[in-house]
Amino acid sequence: MNEFLSFIKKEFYHIFRDQRTILILLVMPVVQIILFGFAITTEVKNTQVALFDPSKDVATQYIKDKFQASEYFTIVEELTTPNQINEVFKYGKVGLVIVFSEDFADNLLHTGEAAIQLITDGTEPNQASMLTGYASGILSLYQQELMEQYHAPFQIVSEIRMLYNPQLKSAYNFVPGVMGMVLILICAMMTSIAIVREKEMGTMEVLLSSPLKPIYIILAKAVPYFSLSIFNLATILLLAVFVFNVPVAGNLFWLILLSLLFIFLALSLGLLISTLVDSQLAAMLISGMALMMPIMLLSGLVFPIESMPEILQWISAIVPARWYIEAVKKLMIQGVEVRYVTKEFLILAVMAVGLMLISLKNFKTRLN
Amino acid sequence: MENKVIYTENLTKKFGDFTAVDHISFSVNKSEVFGFLGANGAGKTTAMRMLCGLSHPTSGKGTVAGFDIFKQSEDVKKNIGYMSQKFSLYEDLKVWENLRLFGGIYGMKTKEIAEKTDRILHELGFEKERGTLVKSLPLGWKQKLSFSVSIFHEPKIVFLDEPTGGVDPVTRRQFWELIYDATDRGITVFVTTHYMDEAEYCDRVSIMVDGKIEALDSPKNLKNQYRTQNMYDVFYQIARKATRVEI
Amino acid sequence: METKNKTPFPILHSHLLSKSYGSVQALKNLSFEVNRGEIYGIIGPDGAGKTTLFRILTTLILADKGTAVVDGLDVVKDYKQIRDRIGYMPGKFSLYQDLTVEENLRFFASIYRTRIEENYYLIEEIYKQIEPFKNRRAGKLSGGMKQKLALSCALIHKPTILFLDEPTTGVDPISRKEFWDMLMRLKAQGITILVSTPYMDEATLCDRIALILDGEFMQVDTPQNIIAGYPETLWAVQTDHIPRLLKELRNNPLVHSAYSFGESIHVTFNKEWTPNGQLSGIDYPFEKIQPTVEDCFMLLSKK
Repeated sequence: MNEFLSFIKKEFYHIFRDQRTILILLVMPVVQIILFGFAITTEVKNTQVALFDPSKDVATQYIKDKFQASEYFTIVEELTTPNQINEVFKYGKVGLVIVFSEDFADNLLHTGEAAIQLITDGTEPNQASMLTGYASGILSLYQQELMEQYHAPFQIVSEIRMLYNPQLKSAYNFVPGVMGMVLILICAMMTSIAIVREKEMGTMEVLLSSPLKPIYIILAKAVPYFSLSIFNLATILLLAVFVFNVPVAGNLFWLILLSLLFIFLALSLGLLISTLVDSQLAAMLISGMALMMPIMLLSGLVFPIESMPEILQWISAIVPARWYIEAVKKLMIQGVEVRYVTKEFLILAVMAVGLMLISLKNFKTRLN
Repeated sequence: MENKVIYTENLTKKFGDFTAVDHISFSVNKSEVFGFLGANGAGKTTAMRMLCGLSHPTSGKGTVAGFDIFKQSEDVKKNIGYMSQKFSLYEDLKVWENLRLFGGIYGMKTKEIAEKTDRILHELGFEKERGTLVKSLPLGWKQKLSFSVSIFHEPKIVFLDEPTGGVDPVTRRQFWELIYDATDRGITVFVTTHYMDEAEYCDRVSIMVDGKIEALDSPKNLKNQYRTQNMYDVFYQIARKATRVEI
Repeated sequence: METKNKTPFPILHSHLLSKSYGSVQALKNLSFEVNRGEIYGIIGPDGAGKTTLFRILTTLILADKGTAVVDGLDVVKDYKQIRDRIGYMPGKFSLYQDLTVEENLRFFASIYRTRIEENYYLIEEIYKQIEPFKNRRAGKLSGGMKQKLALSCALIHKPTILFLDEPTTGVDPISRKEFWDMLMRLKAQGITILVSTPYMDEATLCDRIALILDGEFMQVDTPQNIIAGYPETLWAVQTDHIPRLLKELRNNPLVHSAYSFGESIHVTFNKEWTPNGQLSGIDYPFEKIQPTVEDCFMLLSKK
């Protein structure tokens, strides 16, 4: 046990004596949160809107006024025929086209249902889903007003994508994403680099020729990064709550437990990488390519999973961060009860145990 | 001065308070094999880096191949060759590709490169290895090839940093024969080594201690002066005077 | 069983060890024994297979074929126990550059479940030379001091056998001599040492040596026996211009071999001739000399 503790101590020395490591470990999460929060904010303001309104009745006028009043939208053009829709996207700076059905108010008041089409430019899926989200928000507000007024159910049928983001703040979206990314990066990348460094420096030779148990080498490498990740988790949550006003709507205990599970998974992943490669550069490239890219592209952090081609949706299912981010969204932002994230919990647990078993099996008691 | 391929006067390099090279003055003649000896940490590498135009001296004077190492370091680099035990050739390129690459780096013409490649491979007896990847050559062969590459562009002087470390005894001697062939063609050779028998093969050797040149003469004169039979004893007598605690 | 006899008792033996990397055969059927308390040298150039052999014996890699026993334990089956008993210093400097001298030593003591103080007497002589710098980072030490620290770390648990892979490569002659002095003192303390080196002049400092080239042992014996077994008569000749004489000698049909050795050239002649007779064009004084291990190595390597 004594050898294990002194190994951990050594690992902390390595971390604290390398200013670059410490910078990456402690500053990167903060920088990322702030970058996502301010610079790359996906919030949209004053988007130009075109609309086609064959009904031209009280209801459509009311909705138009609501849109005009919103800080997100400015109505710039009224179309005379639906054929113009393609054109306004091609030439105009229009980001959203609203198409009302015929006899909108009539249908709404008498059948309780009216259709509306929200058309956005699918080549910018993130912005598109953001815009439809905002628009849907406005529509559902109107719906509510109607219901309160008439005490009867009304439904405006429209495509609603950001159902659980009623206040339409992009911070809600990126905080879980950054959490997923930072934890994966720090645990997986840094752990794998730390182990591979021993191989590259030749010290692994000495360690393996000593009676030190190989499992101690692994665990001792994991402990410092585990504790630093917890520190990072706290930083991110604090920043989210106090700088970006994202409340933790759900149960904090389960959120933390979920994150610990994810950290454990990331450590296993880092360990697996370290058993596969022999140089720090390779470890970095693999963690960069195999972890960063899928997280950025497939976890829903940048591109919404729903708007991906089916094949990519399938692939995204094996990206652990996807499940973590989804679960965090539900737990932290929707504030649902833990039973609604059982699926994610289970998937992550299976992945973590599987990865840990594979990497322990892969870890050699000898040099390759 | 014409015959001096290297000339230095009080050449000094300081790192903060630490004087790595301390006012060294010496010269190396054309076609000479000059052995640059010293214990680890005596300042050899630092001195060599200055002479190769890779590091700016703190003070003093120095010319290499007729160019000022302070002001004309780019010209210095064009007129020297360099080979060390660590970096020599690109392991993942073939033998001929390495020759072509280095010829190209020194601005040689394609035709000239082709002719010289043939000649060198013939001289080394490497014709069959023309298309072999360098990493699959034995160390001794690599070092011989790497030396040929370092003088491929016919530099005035070539710097060899422990070129024969770990090489087998037969190949080590063949390596020295290549060195003599180069001096016959007028190339000056500046070499460091930890093999004291190789110090005997040099025309003159200098021994650095604590950043200063403590002795400089032909091996024969040094042996006479220190009343010993071999260069090992000369080296031992001089270098053990070292007092400084190394960086 | 008690072993009271003082006859050599092998602490390590290998039988027909072989190892290949792809198409390259790194080791070919190596068999040898190292006796308790001796310094055993594996002498040969880089790429001869020294490191591969050391890694097999230190349980770091597996041989393809053959067996090896270290301190009565099999390197494959009993690797865990072996790791308790051996000390290993790899060819590359293998300490933590960002830890201080003392932290390194303390760390290595701890992974062997011991303390610096326990076997301090063993490393005292070596360690006290670097102790003034014990708060300095290992990466900032000079070559000689790094070597002393690495040796201290390999010794801290009082191993029964010490494996030193090319400890003197790239080290200047003075530090090399100091290092060998340290090995002699360790030998006197009863530690068995297996050491590899490309420097042929270190061979005579070993009790027994194996000359290795291209993964094969060319000869295994004491340096004295190897020298005595040199099959030819060796002559030395001195000159001020070695290259010229070397060419002359090689062009002479009576000369069998001619190699430069420091200030002289070592020459062997074809059987029917000795330098007492006439050798046209060469009127240098030839002197009959005893071969060195390097002469033996070169002769063997030509076969």
